[in-house]
Amino acid sequence: MALNSLRGGIEPDAHKKESSETPIRHVPLPSRLVVPLVQSSQESARTIITVGDRVLKGQCIGEAEGAGIAIHAPASGTVAEIGYYPMAHPSGLTSQAIVIEPDGEEHWITYEPLDPATASRDELILRIQASGIVGMGGAVFPSHIKARSKTETLLINGAECEPWITCDDRLMRERASAVVTGSAILAHLTGARQILIGIEDNKPEAIAAMRAAVCDMEPVALKCLDADKITVIAVPTRYPSGGERQLTRILTGIEVPPDKRVTGFGVQCFNVATAYAVCRALLHGESMVSRIVTVTGNVERPGNYETPLGMPIAELIALCGPKPGTTRILMGGPMMGFTLPSLEAPVTKGCNCLIAASAELFPPSEPEQPCIRCGSCVNVCPIELQPFEMYWSSRAKNFDSARQYHLFSCMECGCCAYVCPAHIPLVDYFRFAKSEIRARDEEQKAADQARARFEFRNARLGREKAEKAARMAAKAAETRAKSAGEAALIASAVDRTSAAARTPRDRQS
Amino acid sequence: MTGIALILGAALGYAAVYFKVEGNPLAEKISALLPQTQCAQCGYPGCKPYAEAIVGGEAEINLCTPGGDDGMRLLAELLGREFKPRGAPVEKLKIVALIDEQTCIGCTLCIQACPVDAIIGSAKQMHTVVSRYCTGCELCLPPCPVDCIVLAEEPRTPQNWRWKYPATGLKVVAWH
Repeated sequence: MALNSLRGGIEPDAHKKESSETPIRHVPLPSRLVVPLVQSSQESARTIITVGDRVLKGQCIGEAEGAGIAIHAPASGTVAEIGYYPMAHPSGLTSQAIVIEPDGEEHWITYEPLDPATASRDELILRIQASGIVGMGGAVFPSHIKARSKTETLLINGAECEPWITCDDRLMRERASAVVTGSAILAHLTGARQILIGIEDNKPEAIAAMRAAVCDMEPVALKCLDADKITVIAVPTRYPSGGERQLTRILTGIEVPPDKRVTGFGVQCFNVATAYAVCRALLHGESMVSRIVTVTGNVERPGNYETPLGMPIAELIALCGPKPGTTRILMGGPMMGFTLPSLEAPVTKGCNCLIAASAELFPPSEPEQPCIRCGSCVNVCPIELQPFEMYWSSRAKNFDSARQYHLFSCMECGCCAYVCPAHIPLVDYFRFAKSEIRARDEEQKAADQARARFEFRNARLGREKAEKAARMAAKAAETRAKSAGEAALIASAVDRTSAAARTPRDRQS
Repeated sequence: MTGIALILGAALGYAAVYFKVEGNPLAEKISALLPQTQCAQCGYPGCKPYAEAIVGGEAEINLCTPGGDDGMRLLAELLGREFKPRGAPVEKLKIVALIDEQTCIGCTLCIQACPVDAIIGSAKQMHTVVSRYCTGCELCLPPCPVDCIVLAEEPRTPQNWRWKYPATGLKVVAWH
């Protein structure tokens, strides 16, 4: 199969071997699990338990609202508290979370398994939503929304192009069969006629395991899709080949414009860990209560850990033995991740990797120097933007110009900042400009709305005043007419009385 | 010559009638730059009246408190006038009114004061602020007889949180 090449991109040191050579380990339960109500990019879940309730592992504790997803107890135990806890977010803000004290008995509550061949499509998709499945590659977009749209080709993303991260690699090596089954079910749901599984060629063991799993597919998966419709493809190792649009281009040759979604081009993309979660949810009735997290960097025992969701990150790091000299903890990869502002934040569904950073592994960035217009950033940009133009505009806070240079097409992959000889943190400027532009757009929208409401109110008050005046005028006219009538009556009465009064007098006289 | 004068006069007369612009376009442009808080802190009963006053030459361009220096800079640019600093910078954090529903007596005075109809309720019933529509203009505070309205900052969420401007490290050029 002829592959298309990735535009631009870089080849940073992979640092995969540190964590990829040990099997996935299970993490002992901590004393407290903190489960945030917001776990997807959509709405937050609605709490359906109260403090003091006993819950079982996998029991729904927050129902899906709107397009959001449900959340589940990651262990059996007691609900200790519903409070505000730090989020795994660069802002360090807090969000509402349910705290569960595990009893250590690990009693599961599972749904009735569904057979994809007999269950209806709606039933399967609702189960995906009720099981709380989101994209596990980091974007945490609810999977049931993606599964609902029909597609031609299903891409399963096992590229894992960011340095240091190996959780998908280990998952494919150890649980390839379930990944392939989950992929086949997703193909059945989306109506895809073929599956392309893209894996970077620096993971030969994972590629071999996945190919073996495709040759030896489970009967339930074969009912969904024939084995010859699934192709495992080794993709050249080059960051960021694992981006959705980049992988689509490499595997299918389809170039998706930045302002369109890949869905519109007959392609749908799921991460391997998402496919695995779909398999567990539908065939085993297990909700999403744990995920595999790569813990690596400056720690004694780097590796991949099957971690219950809600485990405080500080405790997970402590289990892996942080070495002295650890300065900060990165969440996500070194290219697109961020420094965690608080280690109290829990492991969430999008947390694929934690890196203990030290001065040796991640030397502090050198001071920023002026841009020399060398054009290196243009050469490596996988979306063919002009990062230096975007940088100048963002730096000068000239946001209209930044937008004209397609700032919002940028996916913040960090290639430009990686190659910049002047050590300019370009992505920081882009993030700053993006959030400023978004805030300004919001303000403008609010101002337009306020103006419309103000003008409507004035018009309404004017109308009411006019109506009142008209009413008053009508009433006045009525009163006038009435008083005129009364006056006439009185006058005639007076006439009569005076006439009557006159008559006797006349008679007397 | 007389003929040309008559034709042109007729054309101008026709244009004056048929291409008449409704409202004042400059006032519309100015109004679009104002923050639409309708707070009346400028001394005019709303953003549009203030815009009209600027056009009429009655008002200075530095009276808008919520717009701050940034807003005034835009106005100065549009009108070709000189930028007049307002002094202390105004912090731009969105504030919204909050009614303490326990204390509210349902007098409807705040409903009448709200320029954007963001308060709902009826006589002797508890009132509440629809914070999505509230502009934080503070006009509902003075009429309240029981002082049950407070202004609160909108809570920070990941959606309205902003990245900071990247700090540029200072470079040591020379040691003394």
